[in-house]
Amino acid sequence: MRLVAERLGCRRGARQLFERLDFALEAGRVLIVTGPNGTGKSSLLRLLAGLSRPSAGRVRLEGVAEPDDFAENAHYLGHLDAHKAALTAQENLAFWRAVLGRPALSVADALEEVGLGGLGGLPVAVLSAGQKRRLALARLLVSARPLWLLDEPTTALDVSAQARFGALARAHVAQGGMIVAATHAPLDFGPGETLDLDRFRPVRPVAA
Amino acid sequence: MTRAFLALLSRDLALAIRAGGGAGLGVVFFLAVVVVTPFAIGPDLALLARIGPAILWIGALLASLIGLDRLFAADAEDGALDVLSMVALPLELIAAAKGLAHWIATGLPLVVAAPVLSLLLNLQPASIGALTLTLLVGTPAITFLGLIGAAFASAFRRGGLLVAVLVMPLTIPVLIFGVAATGTALGGTVPFDTPFRILAGLSLAALVLGPIAAAAALRATRE
Repeated sequence: MRLVAERLGCRRGARQLFERLDFALEAGRVLIVTGPNGTGKSSLLRLLAGLSRPSAGRVRLEGVAEPDDFAENAHYLGHLDAHKAALTAQENLAFWRAVLGRPALSVADALEEVGLGGLGGLPVAVLSAGQKRRLALARLLVSARPLWLLDEPTTALDVSAQARFGALARAHVAQGGMIVAATHAPLDFGPGETLDLDRFRPVRPVAA
Repeated sequence: MTRAFLALLSRDLALAIRAGGGAGLGVVFFLAVVVVTPFAIGPDLALLARIGPAILWIGALLASLIGLDRLFAADAEDGALDVLSMVALPLELIAAAKGLAHWIATGLPLVVAAPVLSLLLNLQPASIGALTLTLLVGTPAITFLGLIGAAFASAFRRGGLLVAVLVMPLTIPVLIFGVAATGTALGGTVPFDTPFRILAGLSLAALVLGPIAAAAALRATRE
């Protein structure tokens, strides 16, 4: 399995964020996307998740049934946690487990893995920001998808939770998974490369 | 796929029933409309019986639109719509599941309440039966046509009024044939069957076209 981006360009309104971006990510590797604010890290991840279209170029996941439409093979963890505050942690996770398909860990095991064991019965409304983030990370564990697209995954996490998630991510990569993560924090998710988006900034960012 | 559909349906139902979900709002609004009407019209029982079905249908139509503006907007705001658009279940069926859950939580209680509220408007038993049947068949059409407006509302902040403005014109045929079918119970040359079958046809068309149009709207409005 291989994630390939060819001459990728991304435009938001009149602003060209990046252009002529090429990369290839092999199974069992990690791509850390870095760059100053506003260089298009989140936009790149949304583009890889199929949530927006590139202004130029294409991206494909080789080795799956539909290489050009691979959203079903990817987990997307954005800035928003996608929880319903009125439902309990358990109910939220069970819902995503049923909807995402390809079930992996059970709800109870996944909650245990991210350190929320025993809190599953609480409504998400009463959880802290860090606990909500942990619950969002548990979503990656309940459904088996090879590509993880993570946008600042460790926001609001304490040091031990960060280490715990690092271990989970390294285990995923060791089993042949792939991770593309945008982050400012120094994270060790496993062997891989760093992509500095600043280098792909166009000479004239605003179209005439 | 069935599992995902049912999971989405039961989640939306659970959200509607929990505190702040707004499942009962439609019925309360419906009740308010029907209760104030006799005060406004006056104690003319014959007049009430004649215009009663129309009042009930207008009340049900407006009550069905309540909460539609939040249907997709809530999922768009908390990021759930992003994750939902990456699952095997097509966006059309996601829209249909959400529409069905919304109808069960908002439309079905209106159908159940209608016979009781009909008594306040001095409707005859035959009219009450016809009204309840037409509401049962017609309210899903309103909800599923409303999905289109709900999908557009998710792209704009404060899209509440937008839904009513977008959806109301589409629901006019449903209102016309719903009231016409109920009116046949009071006598006349047209049999109940004729407008009722057109109403059922409108409803079936909305059940299919509503989710397709809503999914297209969600795709078009997404950046």
